[in-house]
Amino acid sequence: MRRLMQSPNVTGWLLAAPLAAVLAVFLILPILMIAVVSFWTATEFSIVPAFSLENYQFLFGSGVTYSVFLNTFKYAAITWAITLTLGFTIAYFLAFHVRSQTWQTALFLLCTIPFWTSNIIRMISWIPFLGRNGIANSTLISWGVIDQPLEWLLFSDFAVILAFVHLYTLFMVVPIFNTMMRIDRSLLEAANDAGASGFQTLVNVIIPLTKPGIMIGSIFVVALVMGDFITVRFMSGSQSANVGRLISNDIGLLQYPSASATAIVLLVTVLLMISALLRLVDIRKEL
Amino acid sequence: MEPRPRSFYVLAAIFALFLLFLYGPTITIAILSFQGPGGGLTFPMRGVSLNWFRELFMQQAVGDIWGSFRRSFVLGLMVMVTTVVVSVMGGLAFRKRFAGSALLFQLVLASLVIPSILVSLGVGLVFTQAGLPIHWAGSGFGAQLTWTLPFGLLIMFAVFNRFNPAYEEAARDQGATPWQTIRHVVLPIIAPSLIGVALFGFTLSYDEFARTLLTAGSYNTLPLEIYGMTTNVTTPVIFALGTLTTVFSFVVIGVCLAALWLTNRRRARAGSDAGKGMV
Repeated sequence: MRRLMQSPNVTGWLLAAPLAAVLAVFLILPILMIAVVSFWTATEFSIVPAFSLENYQFLFGSGVTYSVFLNTFKYAAITWAITLTLGFTIAYFLAFHVRSQTWQTALFLLCTIPFWTSNIIRMISWIPFLGRNGIANSTLISWGVIDQPLEWLLFSDFAVILAFVHLYTLFMVVPIFNTMMRIDRSLLEAANDAGASGFQTLVNVIIPLTKPGIMIGSIFVVALVMGDFITVRFMSGSQSANVGRLISNDIGLLQYPSASATAIVLLVTVLLMISALLRLVDIRKEL
Repeated sequence: MEPRPRSFYVLAAIFALFLLFLYGPTITIAILSFQGPGGGLTFPMRGVSLNWFRELFMQQAVGDIWGSFRRSFVLGLMVMVTTVVVSVMGGLAFRKRFAGSALLFQLVLASLVIPSILVSLGVGLVFTQAGLPIHWAGSGFGAQLTWTLPFGLLIMFAVFNRFNPAYEEAARDQGATPWQTIRHVVLPIIAPSLIGVALFGFTLSYDEFARTLLTAGSYNTLPLEIYGMTTNVTTPVIFALGTLTTVFSFVVIGVCLAALWLTNRRRARAGSDAGKGMV
Protein backbone atom coordinates (compact mmCIF):
# COMPACT_ATOMS: atom_id res chain seq x y z
CA MET A 1 0.00 0.00 0.00
CA ARG A 2 2.75 2.38 1.03
CA ARG A 3 4.69 1.66 -2.12
CA LEU A 4 1.55 2.16 -4.16
CA MET A 5 1.08 5.64 -2.68
CA GLN A 6 4.63 6.53 -3.62
CA SER A 7 4.25 5.74 -7.28
CA PRO A 8 4.09 9.01 -9.24
CA ASN A 9 1.36 7.53 -11.44
CA VAL A 10 -0.96 6.88 -8.50
CA THR A 11 -0.42 10.18 -6.69
CA GLY A 12 -0.52 12.04 -9.99
CA TRP A 13 -3.86 10.59 -11.00
CA LEU A 14 -5.31 10.99 -7.50
CA LEU A 15 -4.47 14.69 -7.56
CA ALA A 16 -5.58 15.13 -11.16
CA ALA A 17 -8.76 13.08 -10.71
CA PRO A 18 -11.15 16.00 -10.09
CA LEU A 19 -9.76 17.86 -13.12
CA ALA A 20 -9.99 14.77 -15.29
CA ALA A 21 -13.52 14.04 -14.05
CA VAL A 22 -14.79 17.54 -14.86
CA LEU A 23 -13.24 17.45 -18.33
CA ALA A 24 -14.57 13.94 -18.97
CA VAL A 25 -18.16 14.78 -18.02
CA PHE A 26 -18.40 18.36 -19.27
CA LEU A 27 -16.07 18.33 -22.27
CA ILE A 28 -15.43 14.87 -23.74
CA LEU A 29 -18.88 13.43 -23.14
CA PRO A 30 -20.67 16.50 -24.58
CA ILE A 31 -18.44 16.52 -27.67
CA LEU A 32 -19.09 12.79 -28.21
CA MET A 33 -22.79 13.48 -27.75
CA ILE A 34 -22.69 16.21 -30.39
CA ALA A 35 -20.88 13.83 -32.73
CA VAL A 36 -23.58 11.18 -32.19
CA VAL A 37 -26.50 13.59 -32.52
CA SER A 38 -25.04 14.98 -35.74
CA PHE A 39 -26.12 11.69 -37.38
CA TRP A 40 -29.65 11.86 -35.94
CA THR A 41 -32.68 13.28 -37.65
CA ALA A 42 -35.16 15.83 -36.40
CA THR A 43 -38.85 16.40 -36.69
CA GLU A 44 -40.42 19.73 -35.89
CA PHE A 45 -40.73 18.92 -32.19
CA SER A 46 -38.16 16.29 -31.31
CA ILE A 47 -34.92 14.67 -32.32
CA VAL A 48 -34.85 11.06 -33.43
CA PRO A 49 -31.91 8.66 -33.00
CA ALA A 50 -30.81 7.35 -36.38
CA PHE A 51 -27.75 6.95 -38.50
CA SER A 52 -28.24 9.36 -41.31
CA LEU A 53 -25.77 11.47 -43.25
CA GLU A 54 -28.41 13.94 -44.32
CA ASN A 55 -27.22 16.69 -41.95
CA TYR A 56 -23.74 16.58 -43.45
CA GLN A 57 -25.05 16.19 -46.97
CA PHE A 58 -27.22 19.24 -46.50
CA LEU A 59 -24.37 21.17 -44.88
CA PHE A 60 -21.82 20.46 -47.60
CA GLY A 61 -24.40 20.75 -50.36
CA SER A 62 -25.47 24.24 -49.44
CA GLY A 63 -23.72 27.31 -50.79
CA VAL A 64 -24.61 29.18 -47.61
CA THR A 65 -22.22 26.99 -45.61
CA TYR A 66 -19.23 27.93 -47.71
CA SER A 67 -19.96 31.64 -47.69
CA VAL A 68 -20.54 31.59 -43.92
CA PHE A 69 -17.29 29.72 -43.32
CA LEU A 70 -15.51 32.18 -45.60
CA ASN A 71 -16.99 35.06 -43.62
CA THR A 72 -15.84 33.47 -40.36
CA PHE A 73 -12.28 33.12 -41.70
CA LYS A 74 -12.45 36.73 -42.83
CA TYR A 75 -13.38 37.91 -39.33
CA ALA A 76 -10.64 35.78 -37.81
CA ALA A 77 -7.96 37.00 -40.24
CA ILE A 78 -8.79 40.71 -39.93
CA THR A 79 -9.17 40.57 -36.15
CA TRP A 80 -5.93 38.59 -35.84
CA ALA A 81 -3.98 41.12 -37.91
CA ILE A 82 -5.30 44.12 -35.98
CA THR A 83 -5.05 42.64 -32.48
CA LEU A 84 -1.52 41.40 -33.24
CA THR A 85 -0.30 44.80 -34.44
CA LEU A 86 -2.03 46.67 -31.63
CA GLY A 87 -1.19 44.13 -28.94
CA PHE A 88 2.46 43.97 -29.97
CA THR A 89 2.77 47.76 -29.94
CA ILE A 90 1.18 48.05 -26.49
CA ALA A 91 3.29 45.22 -25.04
CA TYR A 92 6.44 46.67 -26.61
CA PHE A 93 5.75 50.05 -25.05
CA LEU A 94 5.10 48.50 -21.61
CA ALA A 95 8.08 46.18 -21.68
CA PHE A 96 10.78 48.39 -23.17
CA HIS A 97 9.74 52.01 -22.75
CA VAL A 98 8.19 52.15 -19.28
CA ARG A 99 11.14 52.25 -16.94
CA SER A 100 9.72 52.07 -13.44
CA GLN A 101 8.42 48.70 -12.36
CA THR A 102 5.53 50.23 -10.42
CA TRP A 103 4.31 52.03 -13.52
CA GLN A 104 4.79 48.90 -15.58
CA THR A 105 2.58 46.86 -13.21
CA ALA A 106 -0.03 49.62 -12.94
CA LEU A 107 -0.34 50.17 -16.71
CA PHE A 108 -0.34 46.42 -17.38
CA LEU A 109 -3.18 46.00 -14.88
CA LEU A 110 -5.12 48.79 -16.59
CA CYS A 111 -4.88 46.77 -19.82
CA THR A 112 -6.10 43.54 -18.20
CA ILE A 113 -8.91 44.76 -15.92
CA PRO A 114 -11.55 44.78 -18.72
CA PHE A 115 -10.92 41.02 -19.13
CA TRP A 116 -12.61 40.53 -15.76
CA THR A 117 -15.74 42.49 -16.70
CA SER A 118 -18.72 41.49 -18.80
CA ASN A 119 -18.28 41.13 -22.58
CA ILE A 120 -21.96 41.74 -23.20
CA ILE A 121 -21.91 45.05 -21.39
CA ARG A 122 -18.75 46.04 -23.22
CA MET A 123 -20.61 45.37 -26.48
CA ILE A 124 -23.70 47.28 -25.40
CA SER A 125 -21.53 50.23 -24.45
CA TRP A 126 -20.69 50.83 -28.12
CA ILE A 127 -24.31 51.82 -28.88
CA PRO A 128 -24.09 55.45 -27.68
CA PHE A 129 -20.81 55.81 -29.52
CA LEU A 130 -21.60 54.23 -32.89
CA GLY A 131 -25.38 54.70 -33.15
CA ARG A 132 -27.08 56.82 -35.80
CA ASN A 133 -27.18 59.79 -33.43
CA GLY A 134 -24.15 58.60 -31.52
CA ILE A 135 -21.00 60.42 -30.51
CA ALA A 136 -19.02 59.42 -33.61
CA ASN A 137 -21.64 60.63 -36.06
CA SER A 138 -22.46 63.88 -34.26
CA THR A 139 -18.77 64.71 -33.87
CA LEU A 140 -18.07 64.08 -37.55
CA ILE A 141 -21.08 66.18 -38.54
CA SER A 142 -20.10 69.06 -36.27
CA TRP A 143 -16.60 69.00 -37.75
CA GLY A 144 -18.16 69.19 -41.19
CA VAL A 145 -16.54 65.94 -42.36
CA ILE A 146 -19.91 64.44 -43.31
CA ASP A 147 -23.43 65.90 -43.72
CA GLN A 148 -25.38 62.67 -43.29
CA PRO A 149 -24.93 60.29 -40.35
CA LEU A 150 -22.91 57.24 -41.42
CA GLU A 151 -25.14 54.18 -41.39
CA TRP A 152 -22.36 51.60 -41.38
CA LEU A 153 -20.92 52.44 -37.96
CA LEU A 154 -23.24 50.27 -35.89
CA PHE A 155 -24.79 46.99 -37.03
CA SER A 156 -22.17 46.25 -39.70
CA ASP A 157 -19.02 44.23 -40.27
CA PHE A 158 -17.10 47.30 -39.15
CA ALA A 159 -18.83 47.17 -35.75
CA VAL A 160 -18.20 43.42 -35.47
CA ILE A 161 -14.45 43.79 -36.06
CA LEU A 162 -14.29 46.81 -33.76
CA ALA A 163 -15.94 44.81 -30.96
CA PHE A 164 -13.62 41.83 -31.53
CA VAL A 165 -10.59 44.10 -31.33
CA HIS A 166 -12.03 45.79 -28.24
CA LEU A 167 -12.71 42.47 -26.50
CA TYR A 168 -9.70 40.40 -27.50
CA THR A 169 -6.64 42.66 -27.89
CA LEU A 170 -5.67 41.95 -24.30
CA PHE A 171 -5.34 38.26 -25.15
CA MET A 172 -2.44 39.39 -27.36
CA VAL A 173 -1.02 41.97 -24.94
CA VAL A 174 -0.67 39.63 -21.96
CA PRO A 175 1.33 36.73 -23.50
CA ILE A 176 3.44 39.02 -25.69
CA PHE A 177 4.29 41.24 -22.70
CA ASN A 178 5.07 38.14 -20.67
CA THR A 179 7.59 36.85 -23.25
CA MET A 180 9.12 40.29 -23.78
CA MET A 181 9.80 40.63 -20.07
CA ARG A 182 11.91 37.47 -20.21
CA ILE A 183 14.17 38.75 -22.96
CA ASP A 184 17.66 39.22 -21.58
CA ARG A 185 18.29 42.98 -21.74
CA SER A 186 21.97 42.45 -22.45
CA LEU A 187 20.98 41.11 -25.87
CA LEU A 188 19.51 44.51 -26.71
CA GLU A 189 22.66 46.23 -25.50
CA ALA A 190 24.75 43.86 -27.60
CA ALA A 191 22.65 44.69 -30.65
CA ASN A 192 23.07 48.37 -29.89
CA ASP A 193 26.84 48.01 -29.41
CA ALA A 194 27.09 46.14 -32.69
CA GLY A 195 25.58 49.18 -34.35
CA ALA A 196 21.98 48.06 -34.89
CA SER A 197 19.41 50.82 -35.14
CA GLY A 198 16.33 50.66 -32.89
CA PHE A 199 14.31 49.32 -35.80
CA GLN A 200 16.90 46.65 -36.64
CA THR A 201 16.94 45.51 -32.99
CA LEU A 202 13.17 45.26 -33.10
CA VAL A 203 13.08 43.19 -36.29
CA ASN A 204 16.13 41.00 -35.74
CA VAL A 205 16.18 40.54 -31.97
CA ILE A 206 12.89 41.35 -30.27
CA ILE A 207 10.38 39.93 -32.76
CA PRO A 208 12.09 36.51 -33.09
CA LEU A 209 12.39 36.22 -29.30
CA THR A 210 8.75 37.23 -28.83
CA LYS A 211 7.42 34.56 -31.18
CA PRO A 212 6.13 32.20 -28.44
CA GLY A 213 4.03 35.01 -26.93
CA ILE A 214 2.73 35.94 -30.37
CA MET A 215 1.73 32.31 -30.97
CA ILE A 216 -0.12 32.00 -27.65
CA GLY A 217 -1.95 35.27 -28.27
CA SER A 218 -2.84 34.15 -31.80
CA ILE A 219 -4.22 30.84 -30.51
CA PHE A 220 -6.53 32.68 -28.13
CA VAL A 221 -7.72 35.25 -30.66
CA VAL A 222 -8.27 32.75 -33.48
CA ALA A 223 -10.12 30.31 -31.19
CA LEU A 224 -12.33 33.03 -29.70
CA VAL A 225 -13.24 34.65 -33.01
CA MET A 226 -13.82 31.35 -34.85
CA GLY A 227 -16.14 30.12 -32.08
CA ASP A 228 -17.99 33.37 -31.48
CA PHE A 229 -21.68 33.75 -32.15
CA ILE A 230 -22.84 36.49 -29.86
CA THR A 231 -20.58 39.35 -30.96
CA VAL A 232 -21.48 38.85 -34.60
CA ARG A 233 -25.19 38.63 -33.81
CA PHE A 234 -25.23 41.70 -31.60
CA MET A 235 -22.82 44.01 -33.41
CA SER A 236 -24.07 43.22 -36.92
CA GLY A 237 -27.68 43.60 -35.84
CA SER A 238 -28.24 40.05 -37.20
CA GLN A 239 -27.17 41.19 -40.67
CA SER A 240 -23.97 39.16 -40.92
CA ALA A 241 -23.43 35.51 -40.22
CA ASN A 242 -20.60 33.35 -39.01
CA VAL A 243 -20.51 29.64 -38.24
CA GLY A 244 -21.40 30.19 -34.58
CA ARG A 245 -24.57 31.99 -35.59
CA LEU A 246 -25.46 29.21 -38.01
CA ILE A 247 -25.29 26.81 -35.06
CA SER A 248 -27.21 29.05 -32.69
CA ASN A 249 -29.93 29.67 -35.29
CA ASP A 250 -30.43 25.92 -35.67
CA ILE A 251 -30.56 25.58 -31.90
CA GLY A 252 -33.19 28.31 -31.79
CA LEU A 253 -35.28 26.24 -34.24
CA LEU A 254 -34.66 23.11 -32.11
CA GLN A 255 -32.82 21.53 -35.06
CA TYR A 256 -30.20 19.95 -32.80
CA PRO A 257 -28.94 17.33 -35.30
CA SER A 258 -28.17 19.92 -37.96
CA ALA A 259 -26.68 22.27 -35.32
CA SER A 260 -24.50 19.36 -34.18
CA ALA A 261 -23.26 18.60 -37.68
CA THR A 262 -22.24 22.25 -38.17
CA ALA A 263 -20.66 22.23 -34.70
CA ILE A 264 -18.55 19.16 -35.56
CA VAL A 265 -17.29 20.77 -38.78
CA LEU A 266 -16.47 23.94 -36.84
CA LEU A 267 -14.70 21.94 -34.15
CA VAL A 268 -12.53 20.10 -36.68
CA THR A 269 -11.68 23.39 -38.42
CA VAL A 270 -10.72 25.13 -35.16
CA LEU A 271 -8.70 22.18 -33.86
CA LEU A 272 -6.79 21.94 -37.15
CA MET A 273 -5.95 25.64 -37.06
CA ILE A 274 -4.92 25.56 -33.39
CA SER A 275 -2.82 22.41 -33.66
CA ALA A 276 -0.96 24.01 -36.55
CA LEU A 277 -0.21 26.98 -34.29
CA LEU A 278 0.64 24.74 -31.31
CA ARG A 279 3.39 23.04 -33.31
CA LEU A 280 5.24 26.33 -33.20
CA VAL A 281 5.21 26.78 -29.41
CA ASP A 282 5.55 24.78 -26.19
CA ILE A 283 2.98 26.40 -23.92
CA ARG A 284 4.13 24.81 -20.68
CA LYS A 285 7.62 26.20 -21.10
CA GLU A 286 6.33 29.71 -21.68
CA LEU A 287 4.31 30.09 -18.48
CA MET B 1 19.13 58.42 -17.05
CA GLU B 2 19.42 58.90 -20.79
CA PRO B 3 16.77 61.07 -22.44
CA ARG B 4 13.76 59.27 -23.81
CA PRO B 5 13.82 58.56 -27.55
CA ARG B 6 11.22 60.15 -29.78
CA SER B 7 9.57 56.76 -30.27
CA PHE B 8 8.64 56.83 -26.57
CA TYR B 9 6.27 59.75 -27.08
CA VAL B 10 4.67 58.21 -30.16
CA LEU B 11 4.13 54.89 -28.36
CA ALA B 12 2.90 56.63 -25.20
CA ALA B 13 0.29 58.44 -27.31
CA ILE B 14 -0.80 55.14 -28.91
CA PHE B 15 -1.01 53.59 -25.46
CA ALA B 16 -3.14 56.46 -24.15
CA LEU B 17 -5.48 56.12 -27.14
CA PHE B 18 -5.68 52.39 -26.51
CA LEU B 19 -6.74 52.99 -22.91
CA LEU B 20 -9.34 55.48 -24.13
CA PHE B 21 -10.56 52.84 -26.60
CA LEU B 22 -10.71 50.23 -23.80
CA TYR B 23 -12.47 52.32 -21.20
CA GLY B 24 -14.21 55.07 -23.22
CA PRO B 25 -17.39 53.12 -24.07
CA THR B 26 -17.79 51.91 -20.48
CA ILE B 27 -17.38 55.46 -19.16
CA THR B 28 -19.89 56.67 -21.76
CA ILE B 29 -22.62 54.31 -20.60
CA ALA B 30 -21.80 55.15 -16.99
CA ILE B 31 -22.50 58.82 -17.76
CA LEU B 32 -25.61 58.03 -19.82
CA SER B 33 -27.10 55.90 -17.05
CA PHE B 34 -27.65 59.17 -15.16
CA GLN B 35 -29.93 60.41 -18.01
CA GLY B 36 -32.96 62.43 -17.03
CA PRO B 37 -36.35 60.63 -17.18
CA GLY B 38 -36.98 61.81 -20.77
CA GLY B 39 -33.53 60.90 -22.07
CA GLY B 40 -32.63 58.20 -24.56
CA LEU B 41 -29.79 55.79 -25.35
CA THR B 42 -27.52 58.47 -26.81
CA PHE B 43 -26.36 61.98 -26.00
CA PRO B 44 -27.52 64.70 -25.38
CA MET B 45 -28.26 64.27 -21.70
CA ARG B 46 -31.77 65.45 -20.93
CA GLY B 47 -31.16 66.40 -17.34
CA VAL B 48 -29.39 64.37 -14.69
CA SER B 49 -31.25 61.91 -12.49
CA LEU B 50 -31.12 58.62 -10.69
CA ASN B 51 -34.35 57.66 -12.44
CA TRP B 52 -32.96 54.61 -14.28
CA PHE B 53 -31.25 53.21 -11.21
CA ARG B 54 -34.51 53.64 -9.30
CA GLU B 55 -36.29 51.67 -12.00
CA LEU B 56 -33.89 48.79 -11.49
CA PHE B 57 -34.97 48.55 -7.87
CA MET B 58 -38.69 48.71 -8.64
CA GLN B 59 -40.87 45.77 -9.57
CA GLN B 60 -39.75 44.63 -13.01
CA ALA B 61 -42.23 44.38 -15.83
CA VAL B 62 -40.13 41.69 -17.50
CA GLY B 63 -37.46 39.47 -16.08
CA ASP B 64 -36.01 39.15 -12.67
CA ILE B 65 -32.81 41.16 -12.36
CA TRP B 66 -32.17 40.68 -8.66
CA GLY B 67 -32.93 36.98 -8.75
CA SER B 68 -30.53 36.56 -11.64
CA PHE B 69 -27.89 38.62 -9.85
CA ARG B 70 -28.25 36.36 -6.79
CA ARG B 71 -27.89 33.26 -8.94
CA SER B 72 -24.84 34.63 -10.76
CA PHE B 73 -23.26 35.58 -7.44
CA VAL B 74 -23.80 32.13 -5.87
CA LEU B 75 -22.66 30.39 -9.06
CA GLY B 76 -19.56 32.63 -9.17
CA LEU B 77 -18.64 31.62 -5.62
CA MET B 78 -19.22 27.93 -6.39
CA VAL B 79 -17.05 28.11 -9.50
CA MET B 80 -14.41 30.13 -7.65
CA VAL B 81 -13.98 27.64 -4.79
CA THR B 82 -14.01 24.64 -7.14
CA THR B 83 -11.54 26.28 -9.52
CA VAL B 84 -9.08 27.08 -6.71
CA VAL B 85 -9.21 23.58 -5.17
CA VAL B 86 -9.13 21.62 -8.44
CA SER B 87 -6.42 23.83 -10.01
CA VAL B 88 -4.13 23.52 -6.98
CA MET B 89 -4.56 19.74 -6.99
CA GLY B 90 -4.02 19.65 -10.74
CA GLY B 91 -0.98 21.90 -10.46
CA LEU B 92 0.53 19.60 -7.83
CA ALA B 93 -0.23 16.55 -9.97
CA PHE B 94 1.52 18.00 -13.04
CA ARG B 95 4.75 18.70 -11.16
CA LYS B 96 5.67 15.08 -11.72
CA ARG B 97 5.24 13.33 -15.02
CA PHE B 98 2.68 10.56 -14.74
CA ALA B 99 1.27 8.13 -17.29
CA GLY B 100 -1.18 10.08 -19.42
CA SER B 101 -0.17 13.51 -18.11
CA ALA B 102 0.68 14.76 -21.60
CA LEU B 103 -2.73 13.67 -22.85
CA LEU B 104 -4.51 15.34 -19.94
CA PHE B 105 -2.61 18.54 -20.65
CA GLN B 106 -3.71 18.42 -24.30
CA LEU B 107 -7.26 18.08 -23.05
CA VAL B 108 -6.88 21.16 -20.84
CA LEU B 109 -5.67 23.14 -23.84
CA ALA B 110 -8.54 21.79 -25.92
CA SER B 111 -10.96 22.96 -23.24
CA LEU B 112 -9.56 26.46 -23.70
CA VAL B 113 -9.91 26.59 -27.49
CA ILE B 114 -13.06 24.57 -28.16
CA PRO B 115 -15.79 27.07 -29.10
CA SER B 116 -17.96 27.75 -26.07
CA ILE B 117 -21.17 27.13 -28.02
CA LEU B 118 -20.10 23.49 -28.45
CA VAL B 119 -19.77 23.06 -24.70
CA SER B 120 -23.13 24.72 -24.20
CA LEU B 121 -24.87 22.61 -26.85
CA GLY B 122 -23.15 19.38 -25.83
CA VAL B 123 -23.77 19.67 -22.10
CA GLY B 124 -27.39 20.60 -22.82
CA LEU B 125 -27.81 17.53 -25.05
CA VAL B 126 -26.15 15.18 -22.54
CA PHE B 127 -28.36 16.36 -19.70
CA THR B 128 -31.59 16.21 -21.73
CA GLN B 129 -30.85 12.78 -23.15
CA ALA B 130 -29.87 11.45 -19.72
CA GLY B 131 -33.11 12.83 -18.28
CA LEU B 132 -31.23 15.07 -15.83
CA PRO B 133 -32.61 18.50 -14.99
CA ILE B 134 -30.89 21.41 -16.73
CA HIS B 135 -30.09 23.83 -13.95
CA TRP B 136 -27.58 26.64 -13.55
CA ALA B 137 -26.09 25.04 -10.42
CA GLY B 138 -25.64 21.65 -12.15
CA SER B 139 -25.16 21.69 -15.90
CA GLY B 140 -24.35 25.43 -15.92
CA PHE B 141 -21.80 25.01 -13.14
CA GLY B 142 -20.00 22.18 -14.96
CA ALA B 143 -20.04 23.97 -18.32
CA GLN B 144 -18.42 27.05 -16.76
CA LEU B 145 -15.70 24.92 -15.13
CA THR B 146 -14.47 23.88 -18.59
CA TRP B 147 -13.51 27.54 -19.09
CA THR B 148 -12.24 28.52 -15.61
CA LEU B 149 -10.23 25.37 -14.81
CA PRO B 150 -7.77 25.71 -17.74
CA PHE B 151 -7.04 29.30 -16.69
CA GLY B 152 -6.58 28.25 -13.06
CA LEU B 153 -4.33 25.39 -14.11
CA LEU B 154 -2.18 27.55 -16.40
CA ILE B 155 -1.69 30.00 -13.51
CA MET B 156 -0.67 27.10 -11.26
CA PHE B 157 1.84 25.95 -13.91
CA ALA B 158 3.35 29.43 -13.94
CA VAL B 159 3.49 29.35 -10.12
CA PHE B 160 5.12 25.94 -9.83
CA ASN B 161 7.60 26.72 -12.63
CA ARG B 162 8.97 29.39 -10.28
CA PHE B 163 8.62 27.34 -7.08
CA ASN B 164 11.85 26.49 -5.32
CA PRO B 165 11.69 22.80 -4.28
CA ALA B 166 14.42 23.41 -1.67
CA TYR B 167 11.70 24.52 0.78
CA GLU B 168 9.95 21.19 0.48
CA GLU B 169 13.21 19.27 0.77
CA ALA B 170 14.00 21.21 3.95
CA ALA B 171 10.57 20.34 5.37
CA ARG B 172 11.03 16.68 4.50
CA ASP B 173 14.50 16.68 6.05
CA GLN B 174 12.96 17.94 9.26
CA GLY B 175 10.56 15.01 9.24
CA ALA B 176 7.38 16.60 7.86
CA THR B 177 4.86 14.21 6.33
CA PRO B 178 3.82 14.90 2.70
CA TRP B 179 0.56 16.42 3.91
CA GLN B 180 2.36 18.62 6.48
CA THR B 181 4.74 19.78 3.75
CA ILE B 182 1.82 20.85 1.57
CA ARG B 183 -0.21 22.37 4.39
CA HIS B 184 2.56 24.30 6.16
CA VAL B 185 5.10 24.95 3.41
CA VAL B 186 3.70 24.79 -0.12
CA LEU B 187 0.25 26.34 0.43
CA PRO B 188 1.48 29.39 2.40
CA ILE B 189 4.08 30.08 -0.28
CA ILE B 190 1.61 29.90 -3.18
CA ALA B 191 -1.23 31.65 -1.27
CA PRO B 192 -1.03 34.98 -3.15
CA SER B 193 -1.38 33.24 -6.52
CA LEU B 194 -4.49 31.51 -5.21
CA ILE B 195 -6.08 34.95 -4.88
CA GLY B 196 -5.39 35.36 -8.60
CA VAL B 197 -6.94 32.00 -9.42
CA ALA B 198 -9.97 32.91 -7.30
CA LEU B 199 -10.33 36.20 -9.18
CA PHE B 200 -10.32 34.37 -12.52
CA GLY B 201 -12.76 31.76 -11.22
CA PHE B 202 -15.28 34.24 -9.92
CA THR B 203 -15.20 36.88 -12.66
CA LEU B 204 -15.10 34.46 -15.60
CA SER B 205 -18.13 32.67 -14.16
CA TYR B 206 -19.97 35.86 -13.22
CA ASP B 207 -19.67 37.22 -16.77
CA GLU B 208 -19.97 33.97 -18.73
CA PHE B 209 -22.64 33.98 -21.38
CA ALA B 210 -22.14 31.40 -24.12
CA ARG B 211 -21.48 28.39 -21.89
CA THR B 212 -24.51 29.12 -19.71
CA LEU B 213 -26.88 29.88 -22.60
CA LEU B 214 -28.12 26.30 -23.09
CA THR B 215 -27.16 24.95 -19.68
CA ALA B 216 -28.84 27.36 -17.22
CA GLY B 217 -32.36 25.98 -17.55
CA SER B 218 -35.42 28.05 -16.69
CA TYR B 219 -33.67 30.46 -14.32
CA ASN B 220 -31.40 33.01 -15.97
CA THR B 221 -28.02 34.13 -14.74
CA LEU B 222 -27.29 37.86 -14.92
CA PRO B 223 -25.49 37.91 -18.32
CA LEU B 224 -28.38 35.94 -19.86
CA GLU B 225 -30.85 38.38 -18.31
CA ILE B 226 -28.91 41.37 -19.65
CA TYR B 227 -28.73 39.81 -23.10
CA GLY B 228 -32.49 39.27 -23.01
CA MET B 229 -32.92 42.93 -22.15
CA THR B 230 -30.97 44.06 -25.23
CA THR B 231 -33.76 42.79 -27.46
CA ASN B 232 -36.70 44.41 -25.70
CA VAL B 233 -35.45 47.29 -23.56
CA THR B 234 -34.80 50.58 -25.31
CA THR B 235 -34.31 52.87 -22.32
CA PRO B 236 -31.15 53.78 -20.39
CA VAL B 237 -32.23 51.31 -17.71
CA ILE B 238 -29.96 48.80 -19.46
CA PHE B 239 -27.04 51.24 -19.10
CA ALA B 240 -27.85 51.61 -15.41
CA LEU B 241 -27.74 47.83 -15.00
CA GLY B 242 -24.53 47.61 -17.05
CA THR B 243 -22.94 50.31 -14.91
CA LEU B 244 -23.96 48.60 -11.67
CA THR B 245 -22.58 45.18 -12.63
CA THR B 246 -19.39 46.75 -13.98
CA VAL B 247 -18.98 48.61 -10.68
CA PHE B 248 -19.56 45.30 -8.91
CA SER B 249 -16.85 43.64 -11.07
CA PHE B 250 -14.47 46.51 -10.26
CA VAL B 251 -15.16 46.04 -6.53
CA VAL B 252 -14.37 42.31 -6.81
CA ILE B 253 -11.17 43.04 -8.77
CA GLY B 254 -10.23 45.78 -6.29
CA VAL B 255 -10.74 43.49 -3.29
CA CYS B 256 -8.56 40.79 -4.89
CA LEU B 257 -5.80 43.22 -5.83
CA ALA B 258 -5.87 44.78 -2.34
CA ALA B 259 -5.66 41.33 -0.75
CA LEU B 260 -2.74 40.49 -3.04
CA TRP B 261 -0.95 43.72 -2.18
CA LEU B 262 -1.53 43.22 1.56
CA THR B 263 -0.21 39.64 1.59
CA ASN B 264 2.86 40.69 -0.36
CA ARG B 265 3.49 43.57 2.02
CA ARG B 266 3.00 41.41 5.07
CA ARG B 267 5.37 38.92 3.59
CA ALA B 268 8.01 41.56 2.89
CA ARG B 269 7.75 42.78 6.48
CA ALA B 270 7.41 39.52 8.38
CA GLY B 271 9.28 37.26 6.01
CA SER B 272 12.65 35.66 6.50
CA ASP B 273 15.82 37.73 6.49
CA ALA B 274 17.80 34.86 5.07
CA GLY B 275 20.38 35.93 2.57
CA LYS B 276 20.36 39.53 3.74
CA GLY B 277 23.71 39.11 5.51
CA MET B 278 24.73 39.58 9.11
CA VAL B 279 24.01 42.87 10.75
